[in-house]
Parts: sequence; C-alpha cells; structure tokens
Amino acid sequence: MRRFLLIAIPYAWLTVLFLVPFAIVFKISLSDYAVSIPPYVPQFDWAEGIMAFIRELDFENFVFLTEDDLYWKAYLSSLKIAISATFLTLCVGYPIAYGMARAPEEWRPTLMMLVILPFWTSFLIRVYAWMGILSNEGYLNQVLLWTGIINEPLTILNTNTAVYIGIVYTYLPFMILPVYSALDRLDGSLIEAAEDLGCSRAKAFWLVTIPLSRPGIIAGCFLVFIPTLGEFVIPSLLGGSGTLMIGKVLWEEFFSNRDWPVASAVAVILLLILVIPIVLFQRNQQKQAEAEQ
Amino acid sequence: MQSSKFAPWDDPDAKPLIRFKNVTKRFGEFTAIDNLTLDIYEREFFALLGPSGCGKTTMMRMLAGFESPTEGVIELAGQDIAPVPPNKRAVNMMFQSYALFPHLSVWDNIAFGLRRDRMPKRDVEDRVEEMLRLVRLEKFAKRKPHQISGGQRQRVALARSLAKAPKLLLLDEPLGALDKKLRQDTQFELMDIQEKTGTTFVIVTHDQEEAMTVASRVAVMDQGQLMQVSTPDRIYETPNSVYVADFIGDVNIIQGRATPEGEETYRIDWSEGVQPLTAKSSNEFAAGQTCHLAIRPEKVAITAERPEDAANAVQGRVHDIAYLGNLSTYYVELPNGTIIKAQTSNTRRISRRTFTWEDTVWLSWTATAGVLLAN
Ligand SMILES: Nc1ncnc2c1ncn2[C@@H]1O[C@H](COP(=O)(O)OP(=O)(O)OP(=O)(O)O)[C@@H](O)[C@H]1O
Ligand SMILES: [Mg+2]
Repeated sequence: MRRFLLIAIPYAWLTVLFLVPFAIVFKISLSDYAVSIPPYVPQFDWAEGIMAFIRELDFENFVFLTEDDLYWKAYLSSLKIAISATFLTLCVGYPIAYGMARAPEEWRPTLMMLVILPFWTSFLIRVYAWMGILSNEGYLNQVLLWTGIINEPLTILNTNTAVYIGIVYTYLPFMILPVYSALDRLDGSLIEAAEDLGCSRAKAFWLVTIPLSRPGIIAGCFLVFIPTLGEFVIPSLLGGSGTLMIGKVLWEEFFSNRDWPVASAVAVILLLILVIPIVLFQRNQQKQAEAEQ
Repeated sequence: MQSSKFAPWDDPDAKPLIRFKNVTKRFGEFTAIDNLTLDIYEREFFALLGPSGCGKTTMMRMLAGFESPTEGVIELAGQDIAPVPPNKRAVNMMFQSYALFPHLSVWDNIAFGLRRDRMPKRDVEDRVEEMLRLVRLEKFAKRKPHQISGGQRQRVALARSLAKAPKLLLLDEPLGALDKKLRQDTQFELMDIQEKTGTTFVIVTHDQEEAMTVASRVAVMDQGQLMQVSTPDRIYETPNSVYVADFIGDVNIIQGRATPEGEETYRIDWSEGVQPLTAKSSNEFAAGQTCHLAIRPEKVAITAERPEDAANAVQGRVHDIAYLGNLSTYYVELPNGTIIKAQTSNTRRISRRTFTWEDTVWLSWTATAGVLLAN
C-alpha cells in the first residue's frame, strides 16, 4: 500500500500538471477557429453526445502548419538558434566550471554563490538590463567608443547576436552546475596517472578530463537546449524582426491573432520535437546512474 | 668484472640511479620528508617500510614528478630531475589508490601508456595480452574497473604500470589487497620481471615479510626520516635501534645497564634481585650506560629443566600461548612481571605439546643471540 502511494504521488502530479493540460491543448488544436468565447468550435454539448463532438474534430490546423512555410522555417530557425546557443553556452560554461573545480577548496562556495546569484533578481529585469547594455547608445558601445576601439556604434540589439548573448547569459548556470559537479567528482590522481603514462597536460585533459565530465556536459546541454528551443522572452526583447523563433510565433498566434487552434497545433508540434531530446536526456541520466553503482 | 653477489651499495665506485641529497618536503608547516639522503642503485629492488603517514608515498611522488622537494636535490642517473615533467620521466608509478581510468576497459587501461608512445597496434596488443596473462586477468579484459573486485583492480594497476617497462618502477603498496597465495605468486613474478628486465623497483609495503622476500635492500622510515637502510637480513639480525628492531618482526626488548666484562662482552643488570644477563656486542658501551637487549623470540629456547651451558637463563610461568599453525609463541611471565616471548616450531600435533598454561619453564639464549642497542 505504501509503495503504491509512493508511486501514485508522482503519477498524480504528472497527470494533473502535464497530461490533462496537454489533452486540453491537443483537443483545441483539433478544433476550428471561431469568433466566440472561447474562440474555437466545437464546444462540447451534452445534448448532442460525444460522437457528434468527436466527428467535428480534424487535423486541419496541422495541415495548415505544413502549408504556410512561416511555421517550419520558425521551427528550423529555433532549432538552429537553440543548437548554436547551447554550443556557445558550453564553450563559455566549461572553462568557468573547470576553473571553479580547480579553485582552492575554500573559494568554491563563494564561486558557486556567484554563479547562482543572478537568479535572485527577476529574469525579465536582467533581460531589460541587457537592452540597456547592448543598444546603440548603450554602455557597451559607449565604452568601446570611448576607448577608441570603434568609431561608430555597433548594432547589436535587435539582431540574432543579441539573442545569443541573452541566451548564453541566462542559461549559463544550467551549464556550469552539472559540468562543475562532474569535474568536482573527478579524482585528481587520474590526471596524474595519465601524465605518468606519458600524456602532456593537454592530452590528459582531452583523454581523461573530457570523457569523465561527459555526463555533466550532456546534462548541461539538455538543460540549456530544451528551454531555449521554446524561448520567447529573449528573442522578443533582444531579437529583431529577423529573429524567427517558434516561441515568438506561438505567442503571436495566441495573443495577436487569437487563433487558439493554430497556436495549440504549434505547441503540440513543439512538444513532439522536445520529446526526443527529453527521452535522450533521461537515457543519459539512467546510464550514468548505472555506471556509478 | 661481475661479482657474484649483487651489492652495489658496498662498492664506493658504483653510480647510484637515484640520489636523494638532503631532501626536505614540507606541506605548509608540516614536514613530511626531513633532510633525507639516500642512494638507490640500478637493478635494485628497494623496499620502503614504515608506519602510516611516515612519508613513503611522498617520496614516490617526488620521484614520479608530482611533488617537488622544498629543499635538496633528487638526481636520476646523475641528472637533477626537478625540471623534468612527469610525462618525460622514464618512471612509472602504481598509485596506492590505483587511479584506474573509470571510462576505459581493463584492456584500454593497460594499453593507455603504450598508445602514448605511438607503439604499433600489433605490438600494443601483444604487450597488453602479455600483461593480462601475467596478472591473470585475461577473462576480464573487456570489463570496466567498477565491474571487477578490489584485488583485480589492484592487479590492473600493477599491469598498467609494468606495461611500459620503465627504467624505474614505483609501486605503492602493490599487493596489499591480494590474498596470501596470489600475493606470493605475484611477488615471485615481480622478482622474475626484475631479473629479466633489469628494471629498478622501489616498492612501498606494510607487509614486512613481503619486504624481506623481494627486496635487495629495505629502508625503515619514521616521521620523514630514514631509521635504517640495509639488506633484509641485516635489518632483521642487526637492527641499529630499538625502533627498527621493534618495527621489523617480533622482538623482546630488555632494558638494563651495561658493564663491560672482557672483550665485546657486557654484563646487563636489568632488574633487582635477578641474575644479570650476558651479551656480546661490537657496539661500545660505557660502564653503567643504559642499554636495550633485543632478542627475537625464535632465538629463545624454552625447556623444562635449566640448561647446563646456557649463557642466559631465566625461569618463568607460561602466561599465554599463541598458536600460529607452524609456530607457537609462548608468553612467559618472569617473577618480576616482565613477559618474554619464545617461539618454537610445531613439529608435533598440538595435543602433544610439551608445555601448557601455568607450567613453570626455563628460557635460555646464548650471549650472541641478542643485539645490544643504545636507543
Ligand atoms: N598534499 C598534502 N598536503 C598536506 N599534507 C600532506 C600532503 N600529502 C601528504 N601529506 C602528509 O604527509 C605525511 C606523509 O604522507 P604520505 O602519503 O607520504 O604517507 P605514507 O607513508 O605513504 O602513509 P601510508 O602508509 O598511510 O600510505 C602525512 O602525514 C600526510 O598527512
Ligand atoms: Mg602511502
């Protein structure tokens, strides 16, 4: 009985907070747009019965998504941005995590604190702050002009560059923490053993440190990639009209066009795309848990 | 000129392979190695023995290049090794913690060093197979380190350090986790390898029997200092201090006052109202100087009657008997409370042994049986 309860709690959680909302969204995605409240038909009617209701649902909206190339371009562009941004975050995050793991023991809690510190202020405020830094009259351009590195202000805000900066900045802790925890667990004598057997420092890093921190790298990449793919705030605040991301499209369908069925269809497809990396992520975690036994 | 006995340390012209010159190593305030001077010769099998924390691993790590001496110089083949990084030293080390690569199979762990030397693939394969055979792990080649037992891991670490056939091999407690039978076999394998390849071995061990079996010389350390460096038999027979005598094997220590009595012979008064002892010693003692007589239990004879011609004989009561299979150790309590250990080999079945608890017995030994030590 107790075991049943223990399993029941997460399943109930999952049902209430994921499966039910997903079922609702999925149902809306099969409906048609209508000028009503809520803005779609059919509405379930007890008098007509469930069969009549189901007969009116169709996959029209999904077909529509394939017809208008805006959508698949947005998906592709989101994938591209998410992949590149994840890679960039890894390039920035790995050295930081490495430095933290090799720092003297007594500094580490402080460094860890510094990594987590930005979470203490609102995410929105931090993104707005970046607008202030990156705009044409922003601090970055002022400093660069003042030091004479550039003669004309750089246009960064409202470009993809600003989006990348925003994503790397926002998701950096999600990369640093798992990589750090993998590197922290790494036994220093393994590096010594590698050097003893004829590796240079760089070679030992490549042959021992990187493979042994791989679980951390994979976890960090997924933790950055998954939310980035559907990211909406960063591209709409920092990106320009040229920045095409599916999160933004979704928002516009929903709030500007008030086309709930199409927006729901976009969301369902996005979820299906995300299921693949999430399953892969779960696999990785499981394999790691097995390896550590 | 090949001398029949291997003893380069007695040859003043011999060039040592390793030379520690007044080496001190400090970790902050703590002195791990204290002004240590030591020569180790080529083809030696050198054993470091000492209590936990005395600095054995630290010495190894300095040789391998992971620590540098705070003061002093370490020379390898006449060259100061301080500027040479670990990967450029012809030295391999087997780590006390094994330090096996968890992401590589047993096979790849052993091949790791060979691949770094850009050895041809075929040769790597042959060499790894050879090493696997040596440590009897052929069946486990594909396993990862976490899928094998502690003793098997130790053997992988040993194989990995042996694979490159280095000039100098440092083994930090290489056989501690093995059962006695496998340990003895591996000891002989090591000696065999050493004979075949002429590799110089420095081995750390907690097992003095192991040090006695394999080593050409043994160093007994304490708190970062060398107490005595000598051949196993000399360490055992003529320790230079009570510490060494006590550390190596079982020993009875009797404290007393020495009085010279003829050539190299001393009378030792050690307890009120007990007959003084007689011992021969080449060490000089002044009249009345405090001395310690160290006698190994197997040199003490145990008899029912007082032996006629014994130089030293004391009477006591059997307090305890430790049965060790092939040997028995008798703990005999003398009238003044001192306990003296005497060891005999069990040539008869245990039920027929001559003495039992509370028996009154005589212990005796010759004048040359013990070593007389100043401290
Ligand atoms: N990196 C270090 N920092 C501070 N102290 C150290 C360090 N490495 C070793 N020590 C100290 O130096 C002393 C000698 O250590 P070492 O590892 O050489 O001992 P050991 O003789 O190998 O002992 P064991 O038989 O237990 O392995 C110990 O007291 C240890 O605490
Ligand atoms: Mg040690």
